Amino acid sequence: MRKVFGDKVAVRNLSLTVRRGEIFGFLGPNGAGKSTSIKMLLGLVRPTSGKAFVLGAPSNDVDVRRKIGFLPEDFRFYEWLTATELLRLHGRLSGVPSSKLRDRVPAMIDLVGLHPHRDKRVQDFSKGMLQRIGLAQALIHEPELIFLDEPTSGLDPMGRRMVRDIICAQRERGATVFLNSHLLSEIEITCDEVVFIREGEVVIGRDLRALHEDEVTVIVHARKLTPESVAGLAQWTTSTHLEDDQLTITTRSRDLLPYILRHLVMTGADVFQFTPQRMSLEELFVAIMGEDRGL
Amino acid sequence: MGAWIMAGITFREAARKKILWTAFIAGIGFLLVFGIGLHFQVEDFRKSTVPPFLRYQILNSMLMIGLYTVDLLAVVMTTLTSVDTLAGEITSGTIHAIATKPLARWEILIGKWVGFVGMVAAFVAIMFGGTIAEGYWIGGVAAQHPVHGALLIFLECVLALSVTFMFGTWFSTLTNGVIVLGLLGLAFLGGWLEQLSGFTEGSRLVMVGIVSSLIMPSEAVWRRAAFEMQSPLAGSLQFSPFADISVPSIAMIGYACVYLLVALVIAIYHFDQRDL
Repeated sequence: MRKVFGDKVAVRNLSLTVRRGEIFGFLGPNGAGKSTSIKMLLGLVRPTSGKAFVLGAPSNDVDVRRKIGFLPEDFRFYEWLTATELLRLHGRLSGVPSSKLRDRVPAMIDLVGLHPHRDKRVQDFSKGMLQRIGLAQALIHEPELIFLDEPTSGLDPMGRRMVRDIICAQRERGATVFLNSHLLSEIEITCDEVVFIREGEVVIGRDLRALHEDEVTVIVHARKLTPESVAGLAQWTTSTHLEDDQLTITTRSRDLLPYILRHLVMTGADVFQFTPQRMSLEELFVAIMGEDRGL
Repeated sequence: MGAWIMAGITFREAARKKILWTAFIAGIGFLLVFGIGLHFQVEDFRKSTVPPFLRYQILNSMLMIGLYTVDLLAVVMTTLTSVDTLAGEITSGTIHAIATKPLARWEILIGKWVGFVGMVAAFVAIMFGGTIAEGYWIGGVAAQHPVHGALLIFLECVLALSVTFMFGTWFSTLTNGVIVLGLLGLAFLGGWLEQLSGFTEGSRLVMVGIVSSLIMPSEAVWRRAAFEMQSPLAGSLQFSPFADISVPSIAMIGYACVYLLVALVIAIYHFDQRDL
C-alpha cells in the first residue's frame, strides 16, 4: 500500500502479512506511517494505491468489521456517556444482541478494572481510565482481529501488566492482535512476530518465537559491500539490513559467523568492524532506525 | 439499524448536554414575552378608539413578527447545534471508534441527520404551535394556512441542517459555522432587497434577490411561508415587512427541496470518500 497526502508520502510501499492467531508487533519511530497504515487497514483512510485485506475481505468491507476491534491511539468518545452506557452503545453498534450485552458489559468493565467507576461519566475519567474503557469497547464483541494503537499509553505499571494479560488472553481464545506500541520491552514479552517500518516501508521483520539462545545479531561496518555480496548471506542469516556502510545481520548460531565474515571478504568488502551482539528489541530498534530525528 | 442507533444517540446527546432543555427554556421565554406583549396590546385597544380593521392589522402583524422570530430562532438553533456534529468528531478523532464499527458511513451521517431532524421538528412544532395558539387565544387572530407555514419553516430548517452537514464533511467546526451563517445572511439580505424593490419597481433588485435565493434559498422559503400564512388583505399592504411584493413561486420551493437533497447527497458522498 501507498498513501500520499498532498506532496508528503506517509506510507511508501507497505507490504506485510499477519498470520491468524498471533500477536503482531508493528514498530517504527514517530512519523514512520504506523497510524496511517492502521487506518488504511481499518478502512478509515483510502490507500493512494494498493489494497489491504483483513480476514480475507477488503479493508473497506463493512461486514468484516463485526470481527474487528479497534482501540485508537488517542481514544475519544462521547464523554457525556457513563462507562456502562458507552460499552452498551459500542456493543450495539458492533451487532451484539442486547440480551448478550446484559452480561457482557459488566464482565468487560470488571476485566479492565473499572467496576467502581461503571456509572461515572467518561468526561471524569483519567487518561489511564480512558485507555481501559477504550480497550473494553474494542473487545466487547469478542472480535477475531484486534488493532491496538498504543494500548498502554497513559497506564501505570499495573495497568500495563493488565493490558499485557488481556492481550495474551485474546491470543489464547484464538484472536489475532495487531499491536502498535512504543514500549518495546512490552512488545518483546508479548509479541510473536514484529516488523519495523520506517518512512512507510517495512525495514525488517523478526519472528520473536524463533529467538533462542544461539541467535546472534552482528553489526558490520564495511566498504565496497555490493548487493550481490549481501544477497549471498541469505544462506546463513535470518535477516539483513544494509544502510550506507553499516550492515545489520541476524544469524541462528555463533558457529556461522566465520562463514559470514569469510564470504564478505571473499566478495570484495573491506571489513572494518564485525561485532556480534545479543540485542534486545530496543537495541535492535535503535540500530535499525538510526539517530533520533526529533519527530 | 445502525442509522437508528446513531439517531438515538444524537437525540440523547442533545438531552444530556442540556441543548434540548436550553432550547426548550429559551422557547418558553419567547412564548411568555410574545403572549404578554399580545395581551397588553389587546388591553390597550380596549381603552382606545382604534378602528377594528386597524386593530386586526396590527395584531396580525404582531403574529407574523412572532412567527418570523420563531423562524429565525429555529434556523439559527438548527445551525448552531449541528455545526459541530460531524466536523467536531472528525477533528477530535471521536469518529474513529464509530466509523470502524460494522455500519456504513452513510448510516452514521443519515443517523445523525435524522436525530437532528427529529429535534428540529419538535422545536418547530412547539414554538410555531405555541405562537399560533397565543395569537388565536389572546389576540383573536389566526394564520391563513398554518400547516403550510409550519411545513415551510420546517423545510427551511432542514435545508440549513443539510447544508451544515455538507460543509461539515469538509471544514472544521468554526469554518463550517462561518460558511453556513454567511450563506443564511446572504439569503436574508437578498430577500429583503427583493422586498424593497416594490418601492422602486427596480428589476435589478429583484434579480439580486433571485440570485441570492438560488445560492441559498432559505429566505425564499420563509417569504413563501409568510405569504401562505397572512391574510390576502394584510399581504397586499405595501408597508408591511411581510408584504407579498415579490412572492417566491412554488418552483422556488421545489428548487429548495432539490437543493436540500443535493446537499445531503453531496454530504453522504464526500463523507464516504474522505479520509478520517
